[in-house]
Amino acid sequence: MDEPPVDTSLSSDAEFQAPIRVVLAKLGLDGHDRGLKVVARTLRDAGMEVIYLGLRQTTESIVAACEQEDADVIGLSMHNAGHLTLAPRMVQAVDQAGLRVPVVIGGIVPADDVPTLIDSGVAAVIGPGASAEDVVSAVRGAVERQISPR
Amino acid sequence: MVETMSGVPLDPSYGDGLQPGEYPFTRGLYPTGYRSKLWTMRMFAGFGTATDTNARFHALLRAGGTGLSTAFDMPTLMGRDSDHEWSVGEVGRAGVAVDTLADMEDLFAGIELDKVTTSMTINGPAAICMAMYVAVAEQGGVRRASLGGTIQNDILKEYQAQKEYIFPPRPSVRLVTDLVRFTTAEMPRWHPISISGYHIREAGSTAAQELAFTLANGFAYVEAAVAAGLDVDDFAPRLSFFFNAHSDFFEEIGKFRAARRIWATWMKDRYGATNPKSLMCRFHTQTAGVSLTAQQPENNIARVAIQALSAVLGGTQSLHTDSFDEALALPTEKAARIALRTQQIVAHETGAASVVDPLGGSDFVEWITDEMERQANEIFDHINQLGDGSMLEGAYAGIEDGYFVGEIADAAYRFEREVNAGRRIIVGVNEFTEGEDDEATLLSISHETEELQLKRLEKVRGDRDDEAVKASLAALVEAAERPDVNLMPPIIDAVRTYATEGEIVAALETVFGTYVETAVV
Repeated sequence: MDEPPVDTSLSSDAEFQAPIRVVLAKLGLDGHDRGLKVVARTLRDAGMEVIYLGLRQTTESIVAACEQEDADVIGLSMHNAGHLTLAPRMVQAVDQAGLRVPVVIGGIVPADDVPTLIDSGVAAVIGPGASAEDVVSAVRGAVERQISPR
Repeated sequence: MVETMSGVPLDPSYGDGLQPGEYPFTRGLYPTGYRSKLWTMRMFAGFGTATDTNARFHALLRAGGTGLSTAFDMPTLMGRDSDHEWSVGEVGRAGVAVDTLADMEDLFAGIELDKVTTSMTINGPAAICMAMYVAVAEQGGVRRASLGGTIQNDILKEYQAQKEYIFPPRPSVRLVTDLVRFTTAEMPRWHPISISGYHIREAGSTAAQELAFTLANGFAYVEAAVAAGLDVDDFAPRLSFFFNAHSDFFEEIGKFRAARRIWATWMKDRYGATNPKSLMCRFHTQTAGVSLTAQQPENNIARVAIQALSAVLGGTQSLHTDSFDEALALPTEKAARIALRTQQIVAHETGAASVVDPLGGSDFVEWITDEMERQANEIFDHINQLGDGSMLEGAYAGIEDGYFVGEIADAAYRFEREVNAGRRIIVGVNEFTEGEDDEATLLSISHETEELQLKRLEKVRGDRDDEAVKASLAALVEAAERPDVNLMPPIIDAVRTYATEGEIVAALETVFGTYVETAVV
């Protein structure tokens, strides 16, 4: 089958001086990495710089990568119903390190849990079935809000 | 006599050429198919504490389920105890938590283990879990030889797709082979490996990649067991497979038919098997979790029904149907019951079980069966080359150089791009999206589970004889250092002292090391 053409409407980073640098990781034991790998390629095709840490990361290893890579945003993928525990921990770890880096969550997150996650400081939650546009705009939106908070 | 709803009498099969039950079994393993024995309706269940899952098991048996299937939580699957730092937030979440023999005792309480068959979906720590099951049965006076069931114990696909590995590939395959040697000698009713394409497909592969990677892994295990001194006909009759039933109806049926044909011809021609049972590709099927949508989740009931029918027309030996709410959370009891009822409707109302391989002889179905086989053969050639003529070495090489994960990630991305570009329609997601999304009632697991399990583990650690634990772990390490020693007996000794899964894994890691994947997008 032919490759569908690259959607260039996703690649405009005009309002930014440099491309967004995004750290992507799986936090903890969860090994479901299909979605995160698709997200990595989607964000890369949209012109972002993707630092893919892969599986079995800790809040410490993710914070360290953010510092080292001067990341603008963290994307975590969660498929094991541990998001209510793990996502707030990540936000806390970022704060404690004195970083201003928003945390975006994707994966199997029931709608009822989204307000709780947002209250705990998560910048955006991307649910199952999200389109490439949804993913790119959630990540970009999180970075924009961090730069000029409403 | 079997007849249609309108009273038309039916033969067990139709057609003049190859018959069901004839080598190479393209048309099915048995001449009379589901007339002699329906598929096993094996519903996967597990959440919370062992006591919670035990209650679900009893409910499934009461509802007419005929086999148990256990889902373990992430820490258990990864060989970590509930009180390990990695386990926070994951205890009892996506399956049941098992730390020690005490949890296994609760999990199967009140179930006669010689009367049911049990499937345990676990890989990295499979040998430990098997040891616990044997120990629980023997406590209850059931001999290990009378235990029937399956343990997944398919470590190769963990590096390729599911990513629940602990040790590096070679010592892991030794554990797989030790378990095969153990059950071959002592547990004749047990299936020691369920060679699984399910997770390869869920991770994004095509149907042909699922078929080829899975059977190639099967060949690798055959080579490993033969190298460990077994005769192919000693263990091959107890190997079984586990495939995905995805949404492309005829492609799936072609895949199932091709799987039987390829396995039979390779086992006979390449591995010299002579027992007819060694040539038979028996498989479990699960509908495609990844095909289920969070949008308009009730639509998933229709998807599951059609996928289930493809598995039945493809001749599966057992089947798990997914619950419609699985894109949102673990299934509620009601959703799990609807999924089981879906199988019962296929079995008892549709007539699909009346005639074996009813689509055999269709030009299209025969063509797509051949096409699946052709694509699989290309992949086998590549793996065989990677391994210089050994499928086992080819599996190791393909894991090391990222061949499997790369192929799967490419296919997954291609699929998502097609959906995103609207070239593939997913009903309710990128087309036909109007209509109220009713909020589904979801299963939620309270944090109390984790606290309960931590208390339970603390109590077990407090009550046991620590000296006995230490001695059993030391004996295990000593055995692990000698590649010719089968590790099953020392693992059984260790679980009987209530050594935890994490302690046993840590002991083995001192000899085997720990696997870390190279992160590649």
